[in-house]
Amino acid sequence: MSASKAAFRWEDPLLIEDQLTEDERLIRDAAHDYCQDKLMPRILMANREATFDCEIMRELGALGLLGATIEGYGAGAGYVAYGLIAREVERVDSAYRSALSVQSSLVMHPIYQYGSKAMQEKYLPKLATGEWIGCFGLTEPDAGSDPGGMKTRARKADGGYVLSGSKTWITNAPIADIFVIWAKDDAGAIRGYVLEKGWKGLSAPEIHGKFSLRASATGMIALEDVFVPEENMFTTVSGLKGPFGCLNSARYGISWGALGAAEFCWHAARSYTLERKQFGRPLAANQLIQKKLADMQTEIALGLQGCLRLGRLMDEGRAAPEAISMLKRNSCGKSLDIARMARDMHGGNGIADEYHVIRHVMNLEAVNTYEGTHDIHALILGRAQTGIQAFTGE
Amino acid sequence: MKIVVAVKRVIDANVKVRVKADGTGVEMANVKMAMNPFCEIAVEEALRIKEAGGADEVVIVSAGPQGATETIRTALAMGADRGVHVLTDAVLEPLAVAKLLKAVIDKEQPGLVILGKQAIDDDCNQTGQMLAALLGWAQATFASKIEIAGDSATVTREIDGGLEKVAVKLPAVVTTDLRLNEPRYASLPNIMKAKKKPIEAMAPDALGVDIAPRLTVLKVEEPPKRSAGVKVETAAELVAKLHDAGVI
Repeated sequence: MSASKAAFRWEDPLLIEDQLTEDERLIRDAAHDYCQDKLMPRILMANREATFDCEIMRELGALGLLGATIEGYGAGAGYVAYGLIAREVERVDSAYRSALSVQSSLVMHPIYQYGSKAMQEKYLPKLATGEWIGCFGLTEPDAGSDPGGMKTRARKADGGYVLSGSKTWITNAPIADIFVIWAKDDAGAIRGYVLEKGWKGLSAPEIHGKFSLRASATGMIALEDVFVPEENMFTTVSGLKGPFGCLNSARYGISWGALGAAEFCWHAARSYTLERKQFGRPLAANQLIQKKLADMQTEIALGLQGCLRLGRLMDEGRAAPEAISMLKRNSCGKSLDIARMARDMHGGNGIADEYHVIRHVMNLEAVNTYEGTHDIHALILGRAQTGIQAFTGE
Repeated sequence: MKIVVAVKRVIDANVKVRVKADGTGVEMANVKMAMNPFCEIAVEEALRIKEAGGADEVVIVSAGPQGATETIRTALAMGADRGVHVLTDAVLEPLAVAKLLKAVIDKEQPGLVILGKQAIDDDCNQTGQMLAALLGWAQATFASKIEIAGDSATVTREIDGGLEKVAVKLPAVVTTDLRLNEPRYASLPNIMKAKKKPIEAMAPDALGVDIAPRLTVLKVEEPPKRSAGVKVETAAELVAKLHDAGVI
C-alpha cells in the first residue's frame, strides 16, 4: 500500500488541488494574488468605517472577474472557476464577495439570460468592466423568505410600465447605476425590469447601523411611480423562476465563498493557538484546541469536495436547485460555526478587528441568512424528499 | 525584436519549506508550486517592452518536469506569445540550465534574453551569468531599469551602496532585481486565451546538452535555531562576556 507513505497536506487533506484543471488553478491563483495584495490591506478600515470603495468593482472588472461565466461579455469560464474566485474574494471579506456575486449572478446573469440582444449590448459591457454597478431588488419589507408575497407592482402604461413599491436589504443599491427590479404585473405575474439611476421616482437610501457586511453598501429601493420603457422588461421569463434562476447561480457561489471565509478563520486559529503560550505551552498543545482544529479541517475539506462536485454538475447543466440549497445551507451554517469557534480560540483578541475573525463571524451571520436562510433551505430539502411542503402550513 | 524569458517553477513563496527527514533535500510532495518571483518580474518587463513597441514576440522557456508547463502557461496568461518546455525530471544545476537555454536561444535568435537574477529555492544567482558567458553576449545583472534604444540597451543595476548604469550592445542577457517593476495579475480573459497558445516540448537529448550534475549535495538541513540573547548592565560586563566568549 502506498497510502502509508503518502504525505498529508493539513491545509488540503483531500488534495482538491489535483482535482482542478490547469486553467482553474491559474484563475484561482490570479484571484488569490489580487485579493491578498489589493483587498486584504483595505478591509480593516473599510469595515471599521463602513465604506465600500467603488474602485474595487473596476479592479475586479479589469481582471475579468465580473460575469466570469458569461460567454462573449465575460471570459466564458466554468462554474468551478467562478466558485474558486468567490472563495478567494470571501477569504478576505464577505462584503466584497457579495458585490461580486450581485454583479455577476444577479445582474449580468439575468440580463444575459432573459434580456434582448439590445439590452445585453447596452448594459453588459459596462457591467463587465465595473464602470456600472448593478443591484438586484427582490426582497421587500414584508416579503423575505416568501418573495411570492411581494407588493411591488408594474402597471401597464403607454409605451411601458409604471413601477411602485419598495425593496429592502439590497446589496449595492446606494451605489448602483443599474437596478434589476422584480414586480407583479397587471396579471399578477412576477416580471423583471431593468432600471437606471436617476430615473424619476427612483431612490436608494443607504441602511446604516449594520453589524455585518459593513464594507458593503446596503440600501432600500423606493419606487414612486417610476416609468420603465417596454424594452427594459425581461420578455422571456415570468414568475418566480426568473429571480430563482439568478439566485441559483449566486447561491452556488456563496457555497464556495463561505468556505473561503471559514478557511481564513481556521488558518488564523491554528496560527494563533500555535503561537500563543499559556501555562508554559502553546494553546495548540491542548486537546480541546486540537479537537476544534480537526473539526474545522474536516468540515472545510468535505464542504469543498461538495462544492467542486456541484460546480462540475453546473457545468454539465445537471445541478438541481435542491442540490444548490443543500450546499448553500451546509457551507454557510458550517462556516458560521467555524468562525465562532475560531473567535473563541483567539480569546480576548478574537473580538478585535485587527485579528479579522470577529469580522468574518459578523459577516457570516448575514451570509447564513441572505439568499435563502439556513431554515428555508432545510424546508426546500424537506419538501424534496417527503413531497410535503412545510412553508405555509396548509 | 524577439525577447526570450526564462522562467523557473519553484515552491510557492508562501509555503513553509520543510527539510526531508533524511536530509537529502526538501519536501516536494503535494507542495504548492509557483513561478519564481524574479522570473515574474522578467516576464512583466518583456511584456512592457513589447507593449511599448520595442519587441514583437515574447517567448517563454522553462526546463523541468511536466509541472513546468503550468508555469509557462502562467506567463502566457500574463500576455507572452508562446512557450518552449525542455522536459526533464532530472535535477538541474545552473550550468545545465544555462546550456539548455543556450541551445534554445541558438534556435530562437532573440535580440534580448531576460531572466530573474536568482531563484528563491536554491538562491544560486548563476544561470544568467553562465548563459551570457556561453553565448559570448553582454550581460547586465540586477536590473532596476531597462531602456532599449536601437541595437543597444541602457540598464540601471542595483549594486552595493547605489545604482550603476551600464550600456550593453544587443543581443544581451539581463537579469532582473526586485524593484524593476510590479508584475501584473493574469486576467481571466487572458488565462482563457493562454489555453490556445502553443507550448513546444523537447527533451534535453534533442538539444544535444549533457545535463548530468557536476555538484554533489552532501546534506540539507534546517537553519540553526537562534537562542535568546542576554542583556548586560555595563560596558565592563560586556567586555567580560566577550572575553569569556573568546572573541576579543
